Amino acid sequence: MSIQAAPPLEKPPSGKRAKPPAAAVSEVVVPLLATAAVFLLWEGICQTFNVPAYLIPAPSQVWTDTMAIGPTVFGHTMATLKTVLLGFAFSIAVSLPLAVLLTASPAIAGAVYPFLVWTQSIPKVALAPILVVVLGSNELPRVVITVLVAFFPLVISMATGLMSVPPELIELSRACRASKWSELWRIRLPYAIPFIFAGLKVAVSLSVVGAVVAEFVNADAGLGFLIVTSTAFFKVPVAFGALIILSVMGVVLFQIVVIVERVFFPWSSGNATPAS
Amino acid sequence: MISLNRVTRIFNSRDGDQVTALEDVSLSIRANEFVALVGPSGCGKSTLLRIVAGLILPTAGTASIGGVPIREPRSETGIVFQAPTLLPWASVMDNVLFPLRMMHRMDSTSADKAAALIKLVGLAGFERRSPRELSGGMQQRVAICRALVHEPDILLMDEPFGALDALTREEMTMELLRIWGERPKTVLFVTHSITEAVVLADRVVVMSPRPGRIAEIIEVTSPRPRSFHVEGNIAFHDASRRIRELIFGQRHVDPGRAAA
Repeated sequence: MSIQAAPPLEKPPSGKRAKPPAAAVSEVVVPLLATAAVFLLWEGICQTFNVPAYLIPAPSQVWTDTMAIGPTVFGHTMATLKTVLLGFAFSIAVSLPLAVLLTASPAIAGAVYPFLVWTQSIPKVALAPILVVVLGSNELPRVVITVLVAFFPLVISMATGLMSVPPELIELSRACRASKWSELWRIRLPYAIPFIFAGLKVAVSLSVVGAVVAEFVNADAGLGFLIVTSTAFFKVPVAFGALIILSVMGVVLFQIVVIVERVFFPWSSGNATPAS
Repeated sequence: MISLNRVTRIFNSRDGDQVTALEDVSLSIRANEFVALVGPSGCGKSTLLRIVAGLILPTAGTASIGGVPIREPRSETGIVFQAPTLLPWASVMDNVLFPLRMMHRMDSTSADKAAALIKLVGLAGFERRSPRELSGGMQQRVAICRALVHEPDILLMDEPFGALDALTREEMTMELLRIWGERPKTVLFVTHSITEAVVLADRVVVMSPRPGRIAEIIEVTSPRPRSFHVEGNIAFHDASRRIRELIFGQRHVDPGRAAA
């Protein structure tokens, strides 16, 4: 059989569009300038009106007081980061099989779903002290609370993603006599990637919240613990320092998720142009 | 090659009613014949196609390919859907190779076969592109390659050009004729377009709805190779007119008399 090639339809588009440098600069510079302006304003108001440090400390005071116990604060930060990352990792480990289970059959979904919603209706702050009694005063209840706070949106977005596959592709997979396993691995999971990352972005932020809630209840280290102890002694500038570190941690973790998505799954993030 | 003998398919709808999608359909298709299925919505065209694909089973009657009853999807059948439904994360090449991967039939010749198909549909040079960089017509060409890569002897097409604009549609119809000329196969082609059906097919199966059955099978005698220029041709004209009568004629029948 001879194959005659049809003439090419049109020239393949060349190269990827580069971002103009001016746009890249304003993307970084404008937010930085805005943040600096907010801190300057805050400093200025505190200085001008002589706001007492135990009410609202000036940024300079927050900096000096926090740096004065720098190594201690660093230790607390690492303790919190450990809980956040463990909780986040376990959230993913729990959510993926749950999402697969939920989408496997309507019967299983009907059985599992009420429990999921039920875990969400329990206030985690109220659950925390009970978990400490049950699981002991160690890292375990903190990770469990973090997972309980973070996993739900992840399960929902993963399940939505697994169900978002066009029915034709499932028919194609059946027509290829593919196993349920290859259907999941080669079609459903890749299709779910954009949804999974949407869930991961929510879950990573909630992990920070969960870890702090756990530390409020039961901890001898961590930024949540630092906030409780420092406010008890009216060391409000240190509490503010811990708060700022927590927010930076949340932003950095969120950005790491965004970057992982852009680097490994460029077709997933909407605005990315695939490299040629 | 394909033989349907008094095939009936009944679906249970959600409110418990039974809907007869196909009733008593008998059809026999020769090897390398091009057969178009035409009819209004709800006449069971897609159901018929899916029965031949082995994706659904008949409620009564038998469907067989080469004398073997169809009980499950068969690996020598290729399917093209209305939407290209390419994998957005995979390149054109990987999309074309996808059925072979799913069937665990990848070997050293697979990439060459896929490249030859991509060339055949006029997409040479686009192998490493992602589907989102392609137009709708180009994506559907990739979907046709995907349906042909495992060298099926039967090609099932469910309104493959239905989502394309009118100009691309005509272009793709001619492309399909060219590809079919190069790689003869038994083709079952579902469409809403009478012109498309008559230009493409050896025989046009006209179906009527509720319940879906075959109204008439029309031979299209206009000679090949064909193009849209045959629209002025007598054989073409007669076939189109007859199909129109069958589809629209029924609608003007007095409902009281139709029931009687």
